[in-house]
This record gives sequence, C-alpha cells and structure tokens, in this order.
Amino acid sequence: MRTALLEVSGLKAAYGPTEVLHGIAFKLDEGGITALLGANGAGKTTTLRAVCGTVARSGEIRLMGKRIDHKATEDIVRLGVAQVPEGRGTFVNLSVEENLKIGAYIRRARDGVARDIERMYQYFPLLAERRRQQAGTLSGGEQQMLAIARALMLRPRLLVLDEPSFGLAPLVVASIFHIMETVRREERVSILLVEQNAALALELADHAYLLETGRVVMAGTAQEFQRNEQVRRSYLGI
Amino acid sequence: MGQLLQQVLSGLATGAVYASLALALVMIHQATESVNFAQGEMAMFSTYIAWMFVQAGVPFWIAFVLTVAISFLGGVLIERILIRPVESAPVLSQVIVFIGLLVIFNSTAGWIFTYTVQEFPSPFGDTPLLGDMITSSELGVIGVTLIVLALLYVFFRFTPLGFAMRAAAQNPESARLVGIRVGWMLAIGWGLAAAVGAVAGIMVAPVLFLDPNMMSGVLLYAFAAALLGGISSPGGAVVGGLVVGVLENLVGTYLIATELKLTVALAVIIIILVVKPSGLFGTVMVKRV
Repeated sequence: MRTALLEVSGLKAAYGPTEVLHGIAFKLDEGGITALLGANGAGKTTTLRAVCGTVARSGEIRLMGKRIDHKATEDIVRLGVAQVPEGRGTFVNLSVEENLKIGAYIRRARDGVARDIERMYQYFPLLAERRRQQAGTLSGGEQQMLAIARALMLRPRLLVLDEPSFGLAPLVVASIFHIMETVRREERVSILLVEQNAALALELADHAYLLETGRVVMAGTAQEFQRNEQVRRSYLGI
Repeated sequence: MGQLLQQVLSGLATGAVYASLALALVMIHQATESVNFAQGEMAMFSTYIAWMFVQAGVPFWIAFVLTVAISFLGGVLIERILIRPVESAPVLSQVIVFIGLLVIFNSTAGWIFTYTVQEFPSPFGDTPLLGDMITSSELGVIGVTLIVLALLYVFFRFTPLGFAMRAAAQNPESARLVGIRVGWMLAIGWGLAAAVGAVAGIMVAPVLFLDPNMMSGVLLYAFAAALLGGISSPGGAVVGGLVVGVLENLVGTYLIATELKLTVALAVIIIILVVKPSGLFGTVMVKRV
C-alpha cells in the first residue's frame, strides 16, 4: 500500500485548558485535495494549526510516513508544508514582491526564485500590477491571492489553506477557486483545505471530512458528500 | 558664529554616540516591543573589555574589532539564556529582567574593575582641525558612527538574513510559516544591538572616562533620541540622536548651566510623549481589514 502524504490519527489539541479537538483522524494522498468541512467552531482551523504546529497538540501526525507532531512550525515548513493561515499572514509593510521573495526564504537555490515569482504573476495577474505596492494596501481578495502565491513560493509538497473564501465577494472567491484548479494541475501540490463554503470546497476537493465539535463525523469522496442527503440539507443548502 | 558652529559640530560627535545607542534600543524594541534598559550597561561592560585588551597591549583597532565580536556573542547569549524564557511573559516581567540585567552588569563591572574612574585612549588623537572648528577625535567618532550605520543599513536592506530579521520583527507568526527561525533572528538582533552599543561605548569613553556608571546619562539621551525620532524608526533614532546631541550642547552653552544638561534629555522625552508620541519619523502603519 502506498503511504499517504499526510496521515493524522488520534489528534487532540487545546487552547489552554480547553480541548477543542478530541482525537480526530484523516489522511491526504499525494497529489490529492482533501477538504475539512463543518460549521463554525467545529475545529477545522485548529486542525490545520495542529498540523503546522502553531497550537499545542498531541496524537500522531505523519508526513510521508515520518512523525512531525513534535516538530516546531519552522521545521515542519522546512519539510515542505506551506500554510495560508486565517487572516492570510501577509507582511503588510513589505511590498507584494518582497512578500513573494520571503516565501522562498528557506530555498537554498536562489536562481529559481525570480522565475517562480514570474509564474505567480501569471497565475495572479492582479499581483503583477501591484508588485511594488505595500501589501497592506491590497484589497482582501488580492491579499488572499498574495498569501496563496507566497505559500507556493516555498515549492511545497503540501499546501494548507484556511478559508480562502473568508470575507470575500462571491465573484472574487470564484476567481480564486478557478485559479486554484490551474495551480493544482501545474504545481502538482497536494492541498488540505478548510472551507465554510462546502459547495465550493467539494468542487475542488476529491476527499472530504466533516467535523462537528472536534470530532470527525463523516468521511468520504467529494462525490459521496455531494450526494449525501444530510450534507446537502445542512451544508450545501440544497 | 565660529563658536556656534564649533558647538554644533561637537554636538554632532556626542549625538553620533547617542544615535548608535538609540539605534540599539530601537532594534530590540522592533523585535520585542519592549525597551532594553540594560543597553547602556551592556555597552559600558563592552567598553571595559576593550580597555582590558588595550591595557594588555593589544593595538587599539584590533581591540575594537575583538570587543565588537565578543559583544555580539554576549548579546546572542543573553537573549538565548535570559530573555528567551520570558519571551511571551507580560511586559512588566520583561522590564524587570532588563532592570535586573542593568544592575548585574553595573555591579559586576564595579566588582571586577572597581569604581575608580579610568582613562580611555582615543585612537584619533586630539588635534584641532578646520581652524579649530572640530577636533580629530570628534571627527573620528562621527566617521566611525557613519560607517557602522552604513553597514547596518546595507545588512538590513540587501542581505537575505537582514530581510528575514525584518520580517521576523514585523510579523513573527507569519515569519515562522515561511520557515524563518524567529528565535534565532531575535538572538542575532540582540547580538547586533550589543555590538552597536559596544561601538558607542568605545567612542564615548575617551570623553566621559571609563567607570561603571558612565553610560547612565548616555542611555537617557539615547531614550530621548529614540523617542524623538520615533521608537519604531531606525532612521529616526539616528536623526534623533544627532538632534539631541546638538541641542544638548547648544542649550548647555547658551542657555543653562552645564550641570543641568541632562535635564534637556528629560525635557525632550516629556515633550515628545505629550505632543507627538509616535516621534518625528514614527511610522503610521497602513492596514486594511
């Protein structure tokens, strides 16, 4: 059997004394897109944080078969996990181009960086127009694009996206998800996606997990989710 | 007129020292949001190290380079050992640690080197230049400071490490997410601040003479300089330092008794805090939510 790119089991996480993940399990195949769905407070964002080591966690997290659950964030990043956090994590005082450059910080070879920046501008032409602009002055949609582009500059194996649609106009969201389709094809990157907008997430993803108050209550392929009566009623609004 | 120009130039020389120490304060503040009250005492201790080398017969400039290197390492160690445990502690706890450091350096220096005032050599001599407008030592201090500032500017602006340090100071959370080792960036920041402080101490020691309390006044001027320029602005700290140096000299010469000169620093601090807390060059952050 092929080992999964990311395999999580018995994952617990807590903010201080409050445990918010009560032992969840999921996996993500190489090249796949897995979506974590659920209502507000289900623990989706915390799951991503636990994977990236930005919250206190216990349980098993394996990246390519190797345990990463005791590693610090910087070291997980160095193994090829790029996270686009909630709030996008933009360096607001740096220019757009500097944000992209800092995304490639851990890459030893410097020569590919300029080429990658140009490729990001092809994915996101809006960023190219604003390359010298201070990142803090971008619109929400542009900042989201910048955050994704910055994460891709790492040439990650695993891209972790937290609510890319958050606070954005529907048209902007549609355009970002459209670009993500292209990115997935071209960059051959696996994606772990958290999204409120389940309909959108299921169009992009191949597998999904439904979280409720810190537990996985349903797992399956995106098609299974789309056909499931209860999911349709509660999360897809159909 | 001649006297005025002379006072301005000699003000620039002391101002250069204030500027260096203010810059050290700003560097730590950028990264940690708190003010290192021990910066002056660390600089004083570095100066004693330089003095020991010189006493042992080491040529001045070699002693200078050695001292700056040792101070850098010392700064890194202080951050790793003493500051790191209180990194996420409340500001007040950090302030206590800084004050503790101040007392430790001051009394350790007193214990090892005694409180006797020592003479410290100036590498630039004391030749009057430009028709007695400025002395060679004043010109030397200004020159050395400018070189240090230029080096720092190039480091932060054009090297990948300097870039990463700026990013880590600005947004540590995001910096971690691009793989920057934020803890080490902080430690290097402390090292650089200690090294810059060492330069300031060595430059001012021939004028003030060397004793464990030599930097207490200088630190106060450096605070005034950092606040004047804007505690968030490295360039502002430098300008602030020069302005405070000149101001101190002119006020001391023309307006009040020399004994009251330190009051100028306090007056500047209070006026800035009341009138323009962000200082002259403090950045107003552009943010969109």
